[in-house]
Amino acid sequence: MTDATAQIQANYMALVNRRRLYGGLTLAVFALLMISGFNIADDRNAGGFWDGLHNIGDYPADVLSEAWAKRADLPGLLVKYIPALIETINIAAVSTLVGAVAGLFLSLLSTRGLARWPRAIPVFRRFMDLMRAIPEIVIALMLIFVMGGGPVPAMIAIAIHTAGALGKMFSEVAENADLKPVDGLKSTGATWSQQMLLGVIPQIAPNYLSYALLRFEINIRASAILGFVGAGGIGYELRNAMAWGPGRFDEAAAIFILLFATIVAFDQVSSRYRDRLTKGARA
Amino acid sequence: MLAIDRLTKRFGDKTAVDAASFVTDKPTMIGIIGRSGAGKSTLLRMINRLAEPTEGRITYNGEDVTHLSGARRRDWQSRCAMIFQQFNLVPRMDVVSNVLHGTLNRRSTLATMFNLYPQADIHTAIDILDRLGIAEQAPKRAEALSGGQQQRVAIARALMQDPDIILADEPIASLDPMNAQIVMEALRRIHDEDGRTVICNLHTLDTSRRYCDRVIGMRDGRIVFDGTPAQLTTGVARDIYGAGADFSEAATSTEIETLNQAGAAIRVPA
Repeated sequence: MTDATAQIQANYMALVNRRRLYGGLTLAVFALLMISGFNIADDRNAGGFWDGLHNIGDYPADVLSEAWAKRADLPGLLVKYIPALIETINIAAVSTLVGAVAGLFLSLLSTRGLARWPRAIPVFRRFMDLMRAIPEIVIALMLIFVMGGGPVPAMIAIAIHTAGALGKMFSEVAENADLKPVDGLKSTGATWSQQMLLGVIPQIAPNYLSYALLRFEINIRASAILGFVGAGGIGYELRNAMAWGPGRFDEAAAIFILLFATIVAFDQVSSRYRDRLTKGARA
Repeated sequence: MLAIDRLTKRFGDKTAVDAASFVTDKPTMIGIIGRSGAGKSTLLRMINRLAEPTEGRITYNGEDVTHLSGARRRDWQSRCAMIFQQFNLVPRMDVVSNVLHGTLNRRSTLATMFNLYPQADIHTAIDILDRLGIAEQAPKRAEALSGGQQQRVAIARALMQDPDIILADEPIASLDPMNAQIVMEALRRIHDEDGRTVICNLHTLDTSRRYCDRVIGMRDGRIVFDGTPAQLTTGVARDIYGAGADFSEAATSTEIETLNQAGAAIRVPA
């Protein structure tokens, strides 16, 4: 071994030791913050974390035992709540569709190299930030206050959030699109919409569809949650069943089963299609 | 030593490797040649157990390694190191870390996460890099290196595994002739000095002729030739590549000397 190699080894060891020191310090700070944060939260809690921890299984146990006791009614209850479930899925589907179309326009308007008005890119970007920043539930509560309860406020609320979220993801995809076809179309005197429609969208459509399907899954959950604040659908039924307390736990269990089955089913279907869209059909 | 017995791999109704058999009785440098799609890569990947054989057996020193699973499979993989055409390094990590990945089979995930490699291993890694002539690159990111240097880092990672066998899948196919020569010479030196078996997929005849003790020719998944470079006549080579009478060895060459010769032959007096 030469001196030069020994020198390289010494230098590299010094580098490694420095990295380990930084890594160790980061870990220590992280652990310290986690522990102190937990203690503060625990102090401020009404019940205390450790005192409440052993009660965690009580509610599910109550629901399960009551549902089991009345298991004969379960098939009937499942059928009874299917219309509510369909309403929830409809809210999700319409809002995904509306949100994805809005997101498509927003994304093209806010992507460098593609935007119709390049100077307005920050405006559209901040607009999307705003759409994402306000929680769906807040928009829904405001709309319900104005328009009254029902599926339409929920649909609008979810669509606004979807447009913001998908616009951001779409524009990241569009940034990687090849600009050569756009130049080619521009050279023929095509309008901006024609350039986008023929030059960009075919390139990015598989990724867009894949993200939109993912969003549809998320929106089914969101639309179920919005039911809790009066937007109709299965969430509304679930809140009623749960708020009633013992005696209607069998209904709560039936709704849980429906929700769970729906989400699993859509998850499976959409991940199948997403896989095909991004990787192409299997030969 | 290594014995391959009627090893077969099918993808659907397509047979990539068709009943390939060969035996090594001492550490050898073997070159596997053939067209792309002849099944060379699949064969190496099956030996390393990156790909599952459909049929057949792989034995090493009498031990059947065809169906090992879990920790015993990973142990076998650490004993037959793999080198890839595209280097397959972790681009954002430094060169020494990439070489130290050769010890992963002996380390726990937790130790790896906190980068706790023993000092002795780090020194060994740099010694190996020195042996391959790239010790100065030690602290750089792998992605910052040229192709030839990256391939030598990959060889260093393989040596760090201290393997019995080195499987090299087209190690020079994405390198220029200069770097190809450096990499092939390094592989030959590893065979000569350490007595390790080196099995090397090559797509050029003269490289295998020049560096290997034994050449295996594959065509459409079958082994159609197995012998010394001297037995590899132009007729046999045409058979392996399925080429016509216009086929010449210089046509597949990436060696600088051959290019010069070919150029000289083509040059027409003015």
